[in-house]
Amino acid sequence: MKTPNLSRRNFVVGTAAASGGLALGLHLPLLAAPAKAGAAVLPATEVNLWVAIRPDGACVIRIARSEMGQGTFTGLAQLVAEELECDWSKVATELITPNQNHATKRAWGEMGTGGSRGIRTSHDYVRRAGATARLMLMQAAADKWSVPVAELTTENGVIRHAGSNRSIGYGEVAAAAAKVAAPDPKSVKLKDPKTQWKVAGKPMKRLDTAEKVNGSIKYAIDVSLPGMLNAAIAQCPVFGGKLAGYDEARIASMPGVKKVIKVNDSTVAVVADTWWHAKKALDALPVRWDEGENAKESSPLIAARLQEGLDAPQAYKSRVVGDAMAAIQGSAKKVEATYSTPFLAHACMEPMTCTAKVTADRAECWVSTQNAEASHAALSEASGVPLANCEVYRHTLGGGFGRRGGNQDYTRQAATIAKEFPGVPVKLIWSREEDMTHDFYRPISACKLAAGLDAKGNVTGFYGRISGQSINAYVNPASVGADGKDERQVQGWYEAAGDAQLGYTFPSLLIEYAMRNTTVPVGPWRGVNTNQNGVYMECFIEELARASGRDSVEFRRALMGKHPKHLAVLNAAAEKGDWGKPLPPGVFRGIAQFMGYGSYSAATAEVSIKPDGKVKVHRMVLALDCGHVVNPDQVAAQVEGSVAYGLSAVFYGDMTVEKGRIVENNFHTQPPIRIDEMPKVETVMVPTYDFWGGVGEPTICVVAPAVMNAIFAATGKPVRQLPLTKSKLA
Amino acid sequence: MARLNINGKVQDVKVEGDTPLLWVLREQVGLTGTKYGCGVAQCGACSVHINGEVVRSCSMPVSAIKAGDRIVTIEGLSPTSTHPIQKAWVALDVPQCGYCQSGQIMAAAALIAKKPKPTDADIDEAMTNICRCGTYQRIRAAVHQAAAATPAAKSKAKA
Repeated sequence: MKTPNLSRRNFVVGTAAASGGLALGLHLPLLAAPAKAGAAVLPATEVNLWVAIRPDGACVIRIARSEMGQGTFTGLAQLVAEELECDWSKVATELITPNQNHATKRAWGEMGTGGSRGIRTSHDYVRRAGATARLMLMQAAADKWSVPVAELTTENGVIRHAGSNRSIGYGEVAAAAAKVAAPDPKSVKLKDPKTQWKVAGKPMKRLDTAEKVNGSIKYAIDVSLPGMLNAAIAQCPVFGGKLAGYDEARIASMPGVKKVIKVNDSTVAVVADTWWHAKKALDALPVRWDEGENAKESSPLIAARLQEGLDAPQAYKSRVVGDAMAAIQGSAKKVEATYSTPFLAHACMEPMTCTAKVTADRAECWVSTQNAEASHAALSEASGVPLANCEVYRHTLGGGFGRRGGNQDYTRQAATIAKEFPGVPVKLIWSREEDMTHDFYRPISACKLAAGLDAKGNVTGFYGRISGQSINAYVNPASVGADGKDERQVQGWYEAAGDAQLGYTFPSLLIEYAMRNTTVPVGPWRGVNTNQNGVYMECFIEELARASGRDSVEFRRALMGKHPKHLAVLNAAAEKGDWGKPLPPGVFRGIAQFMGYGSYSAATAEVSIKPDGKVKVHRMVLALDCGHVVNPDQVAAQVEGSVAYGLSAVFYGDMTVEKGRIVENNFHTQPPIRIDEMPKVETVMVPTYDFWGGVGEPTICVVAPAVMNAIFAATGKPVRQLPLTKSKLA
Repeated sequence: MARLNINGKVQDVKVEGDTPLLWVLREQVGLTGTKYGCGVAQCGACSVHINGEVVRSCSMPVSAIKAGDRIVTIEGLSPTSTHPIQKAWVALDVPQCGYCQSGQIMAAAALIAKKPKPTDADIDEAMTNICRCGTYQRIRAAVHQAAAATPAAKSKAKA
């Protein structure tokens, strides 16, 4: 085996056999790993579903969520370790599989990793698991020593009895602890994060860095199995178009080619000994497509459809407070603007990939997935093998950003292809071109905004209508109302507190959504609709602030009296971002605040514009209240990353449609920012310790509007379209 | 057939001459630390060293590699994963998903070999690899940290 995965798996099978546990996919930091692959690792004893302990005291913490770079393995392990009171230097993580979860009626809860939910929706039960495991270990020690458990203390994986001056390591009592009756998790009192955390809440080093700096970590694309074949795939360039035919004979004699497979109505794959052979043969394969009606779809048509939606008499009314239209009409000053944002691709660095092996009664796949249970279901469906006989081996994702969630198109394809080669593993790798032109894109939308200002510059009424494509209409049509109701598309403008609440209170307000769909598949993209809606709201608020003649921050503050958490974060960004302080000549500052994924974000941006119109972002200060901070260094990393992802969209992100297909197909036509365009990013955490908010997504929604508002400050003209290439800034 | 010196080991691989070095490394040699990201020399995930120079192996046909060329991949950068760049990467927890990091590290190692004390402008020029997670700030900091920790003469000798 070329990859250590099999040896890991063998080890885990050993673990499971030894403990009756269900462990799979061990993930060890190098410190805890055996010196050489294949060296003996002592089996761990399963104390409970989430915790297994080896005789040497190493604690194996099970993880249900997916790691795509956001640091959730480390963060979740910190939460368990905190309550377990184990030795952090001896912590390893181990992935449970969806089939184990299925077999136990989801004993590990939700595995899906999206919506910035990894920690915020599992912190309670994983901490309780750590706490109950600790109590079981203590009980085992108390029984061994015949002392009251109340007299025991724990620290760093060691149980002490002060009265008799005895101590014992977790590893020595783990086997006995596994036999102790587990206390009711609900009865356990968890530590107070603000005052009692020692491992959680601290900037612990990631558990997965060592293997990411020497090439040893295995992504799904790196899977190598005995006898494995490789597949390259081509999908009809027009969404909804069909595969009409192909001439297999033309490539039959090319090196390594095994077979050409019609994967589904719109997809053909070439299977060969190596991926390079498969790809070369696929490129040479004459394929005929029936492009169908959708070949008429184009960016200009979509833009016209969105414009029609902005002006249409009917739209779904999401929020109605008073009579905003009348208030605006009767105002001393009326401000209006129309904004738009494009389709965007995820462009994960690791293209879509999955290896599958299917026999009549068993199916397995090795995959990068944000939703292992969806992968499990897709594997079962495509292979025809019942769920219980399907297994999914999760690999660290080479980026996710929402692309590798519920849909699992690539897993379905891999299983379908592998079915043609019973018992032979087949690795499917999408080319970058397939990846970019067959994404589930961030939906396109436009927004018409209007507001009235009284003589003093106070807002009298606010109107916003979004016209654009609905993710839910594509992903789950049943969830969309007949009247075009789709609250998800107005994310960030909600009245309800807690998730994506609008931080402003207007005397009158009308929020509408006009659903205008396209033939382009859409899906969640890091930050989802808070991205576009943050731009619309925060750039227009900036227009209002300027129209009122007030300072941008003061103007916002006056509208935020009922939203103290939003306000505190805005104030933090303003303060640390030196709001109101002088800047070097030619440098201008902008600010924005918004909420998504249960967390509050604000940002300042400092930009300059070169004579040729090129924008340089020098510095961004982002403030975040995510309630509790599990790992401040990794929160900062996510904030930094959100700036890069957000700025790529600001500068270049634009997937256009021509003849029913996406035009931009690789990084030369759809470049992300590179290091020279990355500003200095400062993260300001202002946790209030009274809720659990997300981290991976929340801050991205303030990146674009802060930069756009800084450009507004520089040029005196609002930027109303993204990417910036659409605006003349010279 | 091609004879390649990879990480100090000379080996013969059975491939067509137009096969990109990336796929030879990944599929024939089994060194998967070098990544496929774009196939068109844009992203740099496939970066390796050939005679000390950074090369985007996805666009380098194996036939273009001359006898005696020394190819170094991420696996061969340091037998103990302790190249100054790797140490700095670990110290600052640079990687997020990590997929692009082999290429980033190879580009950074080549940079400090040539310019032991690179400026920000040097980094901007040399480090054109794409990272979608957005680890750029830490990459910059880690290159500076590695440079600060590396005696200039020693670093040059490694080129």
